[in-house]
Amino acid sequence: MSGVRQKAGTSARTAAGLADQGDTFRARPVIESDLAAITGLDKVNTGKAKPKYWRSLYERYRTPGRPRFFLVGESGGVFAGFIIGEVRAWEFGSPPCGWVFAIGVVPEQRVQNVGSRLFDELCRQFKQAGVDKIRTMLARQDNLVMSFFRSQGMMAGPFIELEKSLD
Amino acid sequence: MKLQKATRFGLYATLELAANAGEQLSAGDIAEKYAVSINHLAKVLRTLGRARVIESVRGAGGGYRFAGNARRMTLLNIIELFEDIGPPAPEIEDPGEETGVGRALQDVLVEIDEISRATLGSITIETFLNMARRLKRPGEAGGVRAAE
Repeated sequence: MSGVRQKAGTSARTAAGLADQGDTFRARPVIESDLAAITGLDKVNTGKAKPKYWRSLYERYRTPGRPRFFLVGESGGVFAGFIIGEVRAWEFGSPPCGWVFAIGVVPEQRVQNVGSRLFDELCRQFKQAGVDKIRTMLARQDNLVMSFFRSQGMMAGPFIELEKSLD
Repeated sequence: MKLQKATRFGLYATLELAANAGEQLSAGDIAEKYAVSINHLAKVLRTLGRARVIESVRGAGGGYRFAGNARRMTLLNIIELFEDIGPPAPEIEDPGEETGVGRALQDVLVEIDEISRATLGSITIETFLNMARRLKRPGEAGGVRAAE
């Protein structure tokens, strides 16, 4: 993902939004026929095709109940990207907050605010779900995505991730 | 983490010029705003100019202006013009580094360095100016505004 930063002069990113900005972008819940495009985009971004993984996510996120959001962005009716998030509570001792688990933008659609709009829409849905904090985790080396999240105003939070190899 | 004086001045100058993109500011303008030595700032501006972060404009009303891409250039790009903040070169060994304690200490310091670099390398000039705009004091002079 790259170039999803907001363009100057487009500060009125209203949440409900997406359709009221005078262009053809819209965000909507994922549907089954999006899976091929999502799997393909993920392969472009990560170099590895994971169709079973994406299908299992789709199945899990379409199940009503917990506040989970799997959104697809369309520009001119064409798949432009996706974002996935979920409200989680009390894990690691954290009060309820919205987690962003994945975001991807079609390379040809970058630098057109697709990522920003998907992010805004997810924030709106998190707020509606009653949380006031959004959080994510990403690789330190993933400069592009980290720059994107920072451009959205995100900063390091109060948690730190630790790990150990199990020899 | 503490930055060297030249590094801080370099960041001040870059960010001030980027905040006023399209305009020219004199070294005196920047020195006055940040209360720094104009002589020291002049050297810093030369370094930034050689790196094409800024460019000088000659003639009446001349000065300096931002010449980079605020959406791509990061704080790390500027800092590295003035100092190294990464881990020390592997061939440079400090006394005691061969011991278990020395190696463990080195691992911790490398971890800190990597986090610092990842942080500074992910904050673009534009993102930083947006942060600064949010933190600007009421009535603060000069313009830290969104880069355009």
